[in-house]
Amino acid sequence: MFKNTILAALSSIMFAGPALAELVVPWFAYRTGAYAPSGIPLVDGINDYFTMVNERDGGIGGVPVRVLECETGYNTEKSVECYESTKAEGSLVYQPMSTGVTYQLIPKATADGIALHTLGYGRTSAANGRVFSNVFNYPANYWTAASVAVNHLLAENGGSISGKKVTLVYHNSAYGKEPIRVLELLADKHGFEFNAIPVDHPGQEQKSQWLQIRRDKPDYVLMWGWGVMNSVAINEAANIRFPMENFIGVWWSGSENDVLPAGMRADGYKALALNAPGTDYGIYDELKANVWDKGLTAGAGDQIGSVLYNRALYMGFLTHMAIKKAQEVTGVADISQADMIKGMEALEITDAMMAENGLAGFAPSFKVTCEDHGGSGLGAVQQWDASAKTWNLITDFIEPDMGMIAPLIKEDSEAFAKENNIAMRC
Amino acid sequence: MLYREAGDFSTTYREDNQTFPIRFDRYRYYAVMLIAFLVIPFFVNDYWVNAIFLPFLIYSIAALGLNILTGYCGQVSLGTGGFMAVGAYAVYKLMTAFPDISVLIHIVLAGGVTALVGILFGLPSLRIKGFYLAVATLAAQFFLVWVFNRIPWFYNYSASGQINAPERTFLGFTVTGAETKAWVAYLVCLVFVTISAIVARNMTRGALGRSWMAIRDMDIAAEIIGVNPLKAKLSAFAISSFFVGISGALYFSVYLGAVEVGEVFGINKSFLVLFMIIIGGLGSVFGSFIGAAFLVLLPVLLKNVLVGYFGWQTDVAAHLEFMIIGGLIVWFLIVEPHGLAQLWRLGKEKLRTWPFPY
Repeated sequence: MFKNTILAALSSIMFAGPALAELVVPWFAYRTGAYAPSGIPLVDGINDYFTMVNERDGGIGGVPVRVLECETGYNTEKSVECYESTKAEGSLVYQPMSTGVTYQLIPKATADGIALHTLGYGRTSAANGRVFSNVFNYPANYWTAASVAVNHLLAENGGSISGKKVTLVYHNSAYGKEPIRVLELLADKHGFEFNAIPVDHPGQEQKSQWLQIRRDKPDYVLMWGWGVMNSVAINEAANIRFPMENFIGVWWSGSENDVLPAGMRADGYKALALNAPGTDYGIYDELKANVWDKGLTAGAGDQIGSVLYNRALYMGFLTHMAIKKAQEVTGVADISQADMIKGMEALEITDAMMAENGLAGFAPSFKVTCEDHGGSGLGAVQQWDASAKTWNLITDFIEPDMGMIAPLIKEDSEAFAKENNIAMRC
Repeated sequence: MLYREAGDFSTTYREDNQTFPIRFDRYRYYAVMLIAFLVIPFFVNDYWVNAIFLPFLIYSIAALGLNILTGYCGQVSLGTGGFMAVGAYAVYKLMTAFPDISVLIHIVLAGGVTALVGILFGLPSLRIKGFYLAVATLAAQFFLVWVFNRIPWFYNYSASGQINAPERTFLGFTVTGAETKAWVAYLVCLVFVTISAIVARNMTRGALGRSWMAIRDMDIAAEIIGVNPLKAKLSAFAISSFFVGISGALYFSVYLGAVEVGEVFGINKSFLVLFMIIIGGLGSVFGSFIGAAFLVLLPVLLKNVLVGYFGWQTDVAAHLEFMIIGGLIVWFLIVEPHGLAQLWRLGKEKLRTWPFPY
């Protein structure tokens, strides 16, 4: 009990009321544990982005942004603690960076009326805004990712992959299981043979899975991995001499931290991309002038320019634009949690906006509406060049098979609505 | 001065045998109960309940359960995470199959289901002991998690493989789901904890508990004086699993609301609960509570102090947290191998003779 009293005293100091107006962007970071290789570039990127915004423009609409970092170690219990401790501080939008935690937070955030943005992960059917009032997963999700990957294979094989064998290596969790349903349907549609091999958390041990792949000899391997699982899988694939150009990871399995441990043997490994890799963007000059040269770099500063760092810049940019939109729609600078949802729902990302923010050609444009929280669903394919140590886009942004995915999203979200007695909006 | 038995006369056997024979202790217990039931519910908010009270209370039940098996009966188990998963999945299946029956009944039934599974995995304990039994229960841990991941029937064929607690009410108050009020969730868990602790306490000092302890201290001698090892060991497995199952059910339905079996009920959970009872004190009801408090509350406290108060980097704080807690565990185990409960016991002994120790 006495521990609790100390805690009470401490938390009263902690929550001693906001003194100044600020826009709080909470961030579930994991700089520790088996998922740190993926977590560190993301949290560094988001911090650097908003430091840049604060230094350059004095915040958004004159109100400074505070990134509220909370260490979760990709752990559910710690994430719950993080959610509860940050929500009282006026958090505008949660980006949990974990599909499992997203499932956890969807009902909680809905009850609390706080926006949830799961960029390229989370519950796919949350794209249906008629059911999910405050959950957004623009610009793309796992089902579009699966379809983009298959479309890429189709394009490579002259439009037919009938009779080919495609194997999915996935993280055995809600995250990894998400694409299976769509891949199974696509297998029926395009006539390829599909099977899925799970890898248990945290994924450091994959010998048996890759032995099975060596025996099955699939033509293509897809991967839904995260954290340390990625680099282990790429190493194992190299060990069984699986041709790297036939090995495609989702956009969470394609960063420098994943391929560098395998060295030259990872050359040719492909991954999907939500946004372009590389540092040839105007935003990098702004970051240099406003953040790095001022010594305000987050973390060790060694993640700059990596794929996931770029992803975090993109997340920062989308959050930035949504806050701006919310200020525009409501006419208030210090927006509330409910205003943020309005802003996200009215968000439209145009090429001009991206160019203005130093991100010309960085990612496709898209529009969010009340009905559609899912964005464009476009994805490109990038390939690792091990000698130059760079990721290069090898395709344009590819359209997913929305004709197949849209009814699935509708069906899944409506089943959820029925289960939870949610009335349709819009 | 405070903690005295002088002037405290027992005139019946009943009084002599009560849990808190010393008056001061008894009043302290009543005061704690009063505060827990009648004061705290009026002051808690979401943070206090979801980040502090619920994990503490739920882990206390799990530690209590494991303490019966390991602390009282001497059977080392590494299957706690798996048994918690059984509780969680049992309550999920019951909640979705029989939505009209109260969820509290389902939680108790989930404990019953876990007890049956516990008996099944307890059978090897009749032939193997010690480390070998630990390995056998480790198999239970991996097997159960694998089953829940593998067989879609357990998660009602949901695409994500997760289980989500639907909203259920009790006497008009929402008990599970996102709309649950903080104080309701707190009280539900508190009632389960209180009943579990009272039951465990009385069971362990009755004939059944004595037979467990006899088995623990020396199984051959126990057998010779007439303790049936089959009955003693299997009952320990059943009752222990019952409590662990209830904690798993509460953990899923009231606390988290959505669960991914591999991440939440993995081997780490088994170790965590085992460490709780080792640090708290094997064979002690109070030890289960203090062990749970140590491993659940201390990390939260450290995080709030290091990040919230000193404003340190979150990763530095997280690493330091591991080091501090690890160091404290080693220190406590060196200073007092019998756990924090023994420190408490010694403290009380000292208080009785204070200020004239002999």
